[in-house]
Amino acid sequence: MSNVNAVTDASFEADVLQSDKPVIVDFWAEWCGPCRMLSPILDQIAQEHDSVKVVKVDVDENQAIAAKYGITSIPAVYVFKDGEHVATSIGAKPKQIIEKEFAEYL
Amino acid sequence: MPAIESDTIHDVIIVGSGPAGYTAAVYTARANLKPLVIAGSVETGGELMKTTEVENFPGFPEGIMGPELMANLQQQAERFGAELLYEDATAVELEGQIKKVILLDGTIHRARSIILATGSAYRELGLENETRLSGHGVSWCATCDGFFFREQDIVVVGGGDSAMEEALFLTKFASKVTVVHRRESLRASKIMADRAMAHPKIEFVWNSEVADVLGDAKVDGVLLRNLVTGEESKLAATGVFVAIGNDPRTALVQGQVDITAEGTIAVEGRSSRTNLPGVFAAGDVLDPTYRQAVTAAGSGCVAALDVEHFLGAAVPVYEEASAAAENSSVSA
Repeated sequence: MSNVNAVTDASFEADVLQSDKPVIVDFWAEWCGPCRMLSPILDQIAQEHDSVKVVKVDVDENQAIAAKYGITSIPAVYVFKDGEHVATSIGAKPKQIIEKEFAEYL
Repeated sequence: MPAIESDTIHDVIIVGSGPAGYTAAVYTARANLKPLVIAGSVETGGELMKTTEVENFPGFPEGIMGPELMANLQQQAERFGAELLYEDATAVELEGQIKKVILLDGTIHRARSIILATGSAYRELGLENETRLSGHGVSWCATCDGFFFREQDIVVVGGGDSAMEEALFLTKFASKVTVVHRRESLRASKIMADRAMAHPKIEFVWNSEVADVLGDAKVDGVLLRNLVTGEESKLAATGVFVAIGNDPRTALVQGQVDITAEGTIAVEGRSSRTNLPGVFAAGDVLDPTYRQAVTAAGSGCVAALDVEHFLGAAVPVYEEASAAAENSSVSA
């Protein structure tokens, strides 16, 4: 079972921007093959690192948030800390690479 | 990271999980060789995972979705006992009788033979601004990113089948798709070219290249250069999809196996044999010419049969018999 919660246009403010912990946000869509490859990896990262929260945003259903952050390519993984967008990783990448890219937030 | 070396010596390790890798897995698994497939963590299934409808794979009269075809192939391989690891190979040691594959997580796997089916990677235009704006309007995957360009103008670079497929797919979202191609005719198959040429939303710019990608935080256009006249012009667009072909993925084996002038792994005649005994190649990584799902699958079959032959020839029959005798004496 996934321990990555879905976040919507409506809940983004409370779940991401006002979170105490850094939040890894996975912008994804059902029809995106590479997104499906990446989601189990983010699941694992969520399980293994208590220091961060991992959530996902379905860009099909939440176009306002996707547009606000200028998403034009998915999977796009953004890290938010204290309400600020602080790091980005675009494309499906192996777990070890993502952990390295986001090391300072894990 | 401490190396964790597996005790098992496999008969065969297959690196790659596209049509070539999975077909090699189906064949070697049916031959009871219990192949270990290094399927990759995020590129499992290879390039077909990024496509939509595959209309030319034999046996599917109505076509099949690329990801579905790959899921089928994977199940077929697993049904006969192939073991899949969703990890990435970072290094290989191909010399000697026992080959080693080292994974990104540090584990080492060993085998008597290896099939390299690492495929190919998207070619880039090679522009600084292309890298800078990648993910901000520059893309290599229409099926992933087309959605974000609704009612916008898009440029597709390339003149082959994949460029036409991207252009046609993008017409679902874009208000206009401009295909920029270096020559004055398409390299694509006639059916794909006809479809693209007939589409009211697709325009063509011939004999031209994209000399630069323009935009600060995101793409707002491209600089076109006419290769005949040298004339440069700007074209407004918010998306640039690059489909100018692929390069064989040989970084893993550079300096170990022979590579051809075209950059593919060199094999002997129509076989899959590289210059190293026990090392075989299959699919796009050895194919500079055809690079189809079905030719890759055929190539995977060739590699599997070559491996069977190699292992059959490498293990003398009496050794099996004496091993059996030894086992029975132990249990007695």
